[in-house]
Amino acid sequence: MHVLFVLVPLALVFVVFTVAAFVWATRRGQFEDLETPAIRVLTDDVRRRDVVHDQGADHGHNPPPER
Amino acid sequence: MVAAASDKPSSCAHCGLPVPGSTSRDVVFCCLGCEAVYTLLHRQGLDPFYRLRELDADQPTPARISGRSFAEFSHPSFVEDYVKQVAPDRHRVSLYLDGVHCAGCVWLVEQLPNLATGVQSARLDLARSVATIDYDPNAGDLSEIGSQLDRLGYTPHPYRSLAIDNLRRAEEQRTLTRIAVAAAAAGNIMLMAAVLYSGDFHGIEPGYREFFRWTSLLVTLPAVLYSAAPFFRGAWSSFRMRRAHMDLPIAVGLTVGFVSGAINTVRGVGEIYFDSVTALIVLLLVGRYLQRRQQRKASEAAELRHSLTPRHAFRVHDGEVREVPLVAVEPNDVLEVKPSETIPADGTVIRGHTAVDESLLTGEAKPRELEAGDFVHAGSLNLTQAIRLRVHAVGDRSRVGRLMSDVDEAQRDRPALVTRADRIAGIFVLVVLGLAVVGFALGAQTSTHEGLERMVALLVVSCPCALGLATPLAITAALGRAAARGLLIKSGGALEKLDRPQTIFFDKTGTLTHGVFELRSWHGEESLKSTVAGIESHSNHPVAQALSRISDVPRHISAESIRTTIGGGLEARVDGATILIGSVAFVRSHRVDTPTDVAAVIDDLSAKGLTPVLVARDGQVRAVAGLGDSIRADTQEVLDALRQRGHRTCLLSGDHPRTVAQVARTLGFLESEICGGASPEDKKAVIAEAQAAGQSVMMIGDGVNDASALAKADVGIAVHGGAEASLAAADIFSSADGIVPVLNAIRGARKTLRVIRRNHIFSLGYNTVGVSLALAGLIGPLAAAIIMPLSSLTVVISSYRTSSFGE
Repeated sequence: MHVLFVLVPLALVFVVFTVAAFVWATRRGQFEDLETPAIRVLTDDVRRRDVVHDQGADHGHNPPPER
Repeated sequence: MVAAASDKPSSCAHCGLPVPGSTSRDVVFCCLGCEAVYTLLHRQGLDPFYRLRELDADQPTPARISGRSFAEFSHPSFVEDYVKQVAPDRHRVSLYLDGVHCAGCVWLVEQLPNLATGVQSARLDLARSVATIDYDPNAGDLSEIGSQLDRLGYTPHPYRSLAIDNLRRAEEQRTLTRIAVAAAAAGNIMLMAAVLYSGDFHGIEPGYREFFRWTSLLVTLPAVLYSAAPFFRGAWSSFRMRRAHMDLPIAVGLTVGFVSGAINTVRGVGEIYFDSVTALIVLLLVGRYLQRRQQRKASEAAELRHSLTPRHAFRVHDGEVREVPLVAVEPNDVLEVKPSETIPADGTVIRGHTAVDESLLTGEAKPRELEAGDFVHAGSLNLTQAIRLRVHAVGDRSRVGRLMSDVDEAQRDRPALVTRADRIAGIFVLVVLGLAVVGFALGAQTSTHEGLERMVALLVVSCPCALGLATPLAITAALGRAAARGLLIKSGGALEKLDRPQTIFFDKTGTLTHGVFELRSWHGEESLKSTVAGIESHSNHPVAQALSRISDVPRHISAESIRTTIGGGLEARVDGATILIGSVAFVRSHRVDTPTDVAAVIDDLSAKGLTPVLVARDGQVRAVAGLGDSIRADTQEVLDALRQRGHRTCLLSGDHPRTVAQVARTLGFLESEICGGASPEDKKAVIAEAQAAGQSVMMIGDGVNDASALAKADVGIAVHGGAEASLAAADIFSSADGIVPVLNAIRGARKTLRVIRRNHIFSLGYNTVGVSLALAGLIGPLAAAIIMPLSSLTVVISSYRTSSFGE
């Protein structure tokens, strides 16, 4: 069981790293907004449709209404 | 293109609201705003927005576009206040966006780099509706970015000054770091404590025991020295100010626990208490963090509402009207104010004729007619026509500005609240210290060492963890539930003050009444009503608006047949007859007589505080309408309920004393409880007087004229539709109409205090058991380890299980 004298301090070193990682994340603002990132992940690969400036070629989508 | 089935109800292509009427068009809109946004999104290839929007169940709202140029966003003073320079070519700004509601909005706003030149990145925080935008000041212009957001249907407003935001952020990060350090320490010490406790029962080699005790001490150090620092600071200042505070017993318990634990570690015998000490720090920090976050949410919501005031004006220069930031406006400038805009500065009207609603400033519901040469205050609402005015004073020097500094003053003067928890803490410290001496004396009969052991055990076990958690948790839970019901409470202390029997002052206009003109009585031919409504629907004067609502089926009258007379009334030709609708003076000036019976009606209406409007056909008065501000339906009920609870209700209004007296009689206020014609300064003085007489005073109001009174009162509640000044001044802000929320607030506060009291009884009960065991010398490490978390758990459950502010 003498290995405890090595393992416990080693565990404490891990603790220091964990706390440091948490502090780093806090400073980076990771805990400021807890709602939007969950949504952003859903919209990440939504691309803006290529804009075709010729109005006639605008089929396939709802056309802009005539005024 | 296939035409939509034309007789089915169609819905707006942008916001999905039903559009009345049938159309052969494929795509229909409820309003111009929606149409403009929809067209823009399609032109720019942004229509995936409509697919993303379906991710949310929230009901979208029609798009509103202000169409402004946001010139103030590029003004140096704006840049100084709100823009942060991250790198030489990277500036950052936070903008609050109106109309953000769903996942699609997040995507759309974050497409901004593709839509506006110079934008490097855009991030939207959906919960707060705040967008953080990075842009290159050399490539793009903030005004242009602002108007691009506006065109997407999200009107931007400056969020808040950077300095305050940075302070808040730093504070929150510090607290989180403190919690993290304490939690890491507590978790690891608990593991080691488990080893030590099982060692106590089953035996452990002395070498391992020593090792774990010293390691525990080492791990406890950062938790006590860093994480618990706020408690020691709080205790020290409460000791120096000779004011009881919850931090004092907490600091005593922590110090005794840690110091005696450290001594025992060095000595190698006795209890070390480190597990209790660190767990205590974590729980208390978390409790306070939650409370602060909840309170901040409420004050942030109120703050956001104030940033919605005009910070721009339309200045006339060389015959040209240009939008300028308000800070650039100087005395003697000429401004143009359009109908339904707020007047941005104190000044004299030089051109035009209009009616203004000054109710937020004066409390008077009746609009005031303005002509060239009349003086008008900033903050009044322009109702009917565009006017030009010459500026006398802007900003701090305007009347509203002076009132705001008055509010700040009143808030500073307010004494800090000694909460129930603090009072208990004061007594608690004395009792525990007294008992510690008794414990020492009892133990010292055996030996001095035994006496010391008992005293320390008692001090540690009585450390008021549950007591320290009892208030923050109950308040956090209550504030969260109140916010869900539209009551934003800025400080937990307000709850305690709400529960006292007190004198409640009500503002009249907009608080007890609707604050808008309505038909209150009608004398004469009923059949005229639909004609009158038809004629009056052509004018946007408040009196005309009230009259246009008097008939369910207004008759259609063509606009050509109507002539408006400035400041008096309307003249119309209908079915060959001339119809005059207007004030007494207006009708008389058209050579129409007012016979004695009509005159009697007019006098009667005036006596009741109503505004008489005459309707004449072919030179004869046919009907007299009495217009006035009507009392909200639930006002009487709420007032009765408040009186029944033993509160004294008073009416404090800036409106004409006669009108105030009339409303007061209807609602059953006593003669001694009315004060009419009060200026904002008078209101504050009346509150101060009541406080000087030893009463606890609550003020309920909505206007700028109530702001300093709201700040002065022990509790100020701003009701819906309130001006920014009153939001800033009040402790509680209700987003629902009328005064029902006041009753809800009082009831909720009572329930919350009951929860707090129950929590206190629980925690004091646990403490009593612990202290008695310690006095008897029976307290073992195991008893302490069980009692402490158990008491905290009880308090947590008790706080979140109750339905204060619930249905």
